[in-house]
Amino acid sequence: MRTRDIVRATRRKFAGSLLLSLFILSTATAMIALALLLVDVANKGAPWLSWHLVTNYPSRFPKQAGLRSALLGSIWIAGLTGAICFPIGVGAAVYLHEYAPKNRLTSFINLNIFNLSGVPSIVYGLLGLGLFVDLLALGRSIIAGALTMALLVLPTVIVASREALAAVPEGHRFGAYALGASQWQVVRRIVLPQALPGILTGTVLAMSRAIGEAAPMIAVSALVYITFDPTSPLDRFTVLPIQIFNWVSRPQADFAGLAAAGIIVLLIVLLALNATAILLRNKYQRRVRE
Amino acid sequence: MAYAVRRGPLRKGHGEKPSERIIHHLLFLSAVSSILVLFAILATLAYQAIEFFEEVSIVEFLTETRWTPLFQPQYFGVLPLVAGTLWVSFIALVVAVPIGLGSAIFLSEYSPDRVRRVIKPVLEVLAGIPTVVYGYFALTFVTPILMGIFPDMIVFNALSAGLVMGIMIVPMVSSLSEDAMIAVPQLLREGAYALGAKRHEVATRVVVPTALSGIVASIILAMSRAVGETMIVSIAMGSTPKLTFNPLESMQAMTAYITQISLGEVPFGTLEYKTIFAVGIALFAIVFIVNLVGYYLTKRYTELYSGL
Repeated sequence: MRTRDIVRATRRKFAGSLLLSLFILSTATAMIALALLLVDVANKGAPWLSWHLVTNYPSRFPKQAGLRSALLGSIWIAGLTGAICFPIGVGAAVYLHEYAPKNRLTSFINLNIFNLSGVPSIVYGLLGLGLFVDLLALGRSIIAGALTMALLVLPTVIVASREALAAVPEGHRFGAYALGASQWQVVRRIVLPQALPGILTGTVLAMSRAIGEAAPMIAVSALVYITFDPTSPLDRFTVLPIQIFNWVSRPQADFAGLAAAGIIVLLIVLLALNATAILLRNKYQRRVRE
Repeated sequence: MAYAVRRGPLRKGHGEKPSERIIHHLLFLSAVSSILVLFAILATLAYQAIEFFEEVSIVEFLTETRWTPLFQPQYFGVLPLVAGTLWVSFIALVVAVPIGLGSAIFLSEYSPDRVRRVIKPVLEVLAGIPTVVYGYFALTFVTPILMGIFPDMIVFNALSAGLVMGIMIVPMVSSLSEDAMIAVPQLLREGAYALGAKRHEVATRVVVPTALSGIVASIILAMSRAVGETMIVSIAMGSTPKLTFNPLESMQAMTAYITQISLGEVPFGTLEYKTIFAVGIALFAIVFIVNLVGYYLTKRYTELYSGL
């Protein structure tokens, strides 16, 4: 009787430590994979990092090839995407959180936003190609790319803005209503100022997503060789991920190194954007605590 | 929030000046625009796809087992592309589900708050890395290692792409599953402890079963992400559409085909141009169904706990 109990207790204890080590192992695997990826990119890319990389146009010769047009294209796309999706996204969020009655249309819109965020990015690329490039005859231009990207990140902006609006204490709204403010006055003077940093954080994160996406930009812009600085939204463009993709898919080893260096540049841009978002969020949290 | 709040003024439009009514309508329009986006996607895909199906029968598209739109004789069977997509997604899930669930259980049931606050953001970094970077990693790092293990493997293969894609979707599984596990009421855990359960027993027999619909939803959403992923499969998996069961061979995913055609500026209106929309609508259909299932599962699990 007692031996059986001891055996059982030992087995349970063993199962416990075995499972725990499995759980720790899986957590570690994901983090090790991330570390390997970053170290590999840094190793192969570092020798190729130089000012030429950001000041030169693309070239057939790895030693002279650079990211200038891709970097400028990415900045254009991210800026315009932010400018287009900010008003629409915030407007939609304000409506859904502050105005919308609880009815079928509202829940349909919610379901729809959820569905949109699940649509593969390449499908947005096809939308951009079929609608903006072809049907609306914008051509393979920056504005066509930015409109496509704006639609792609719209759900992100809406969801982030709604969360920021939801974080504004209900009492502030009641206080304003009690003083006789109209609904728009409440939204404009009380709710939006408090939610703004959160909304901006969401928009910056959406812009960083727009910078990292390659697939929809390939559908809109194709693989194009750009050796000029884009100066208007109607110019043709290329972006960082497309340039990296181009270099990755070349067989020569030199281009793999260039691709890694390009990835370092891309990650630095993303890191800068995310740092901005974190700064905004910290500012926001401090204000709420006051 | 425990109490229901009646938002806004007592009567609809109460005290709204005409200018404010205009604003109200503008805000409504922005909200409705999200519906327009979905309709625009459907209309654009359908418009081109219908023209495609005027030249190629739907039956051929769905049942033919060869996909050779770029050379003679042309065959337009989408099945090899679907097979490529499903294969690589399956491999990705085999990687992501155990790793994601393991980390979720560790984070929600074991790790002290301090550790959790370090690990969670690191996992989220995985989700923020652009997919083209994963493609690079698969082709230049994972593939050479795999070729050392399987000498007869082809450079472009489903295994390498699938493994790396699995790592990419780990954060989706882990963060959503962890949310579901954290939502499990503490009382259930304490009840199990009171009956003498050990920590791992509480985790595997109380928390995981209770959070199951949330966990399943996270897996389904990760799957839809894998099906729609484009750059990894375009870079590392190759461009030979093939119905095969060997993951060491080169295949082509649906998304990779769309990229391949898009890279060269295909003239509008050609059959080639229309094929990418036909493949796009098939891809959209698959992802849409997967997402709907995920949505209802997520909704179910939120409802389940609202009473506890």
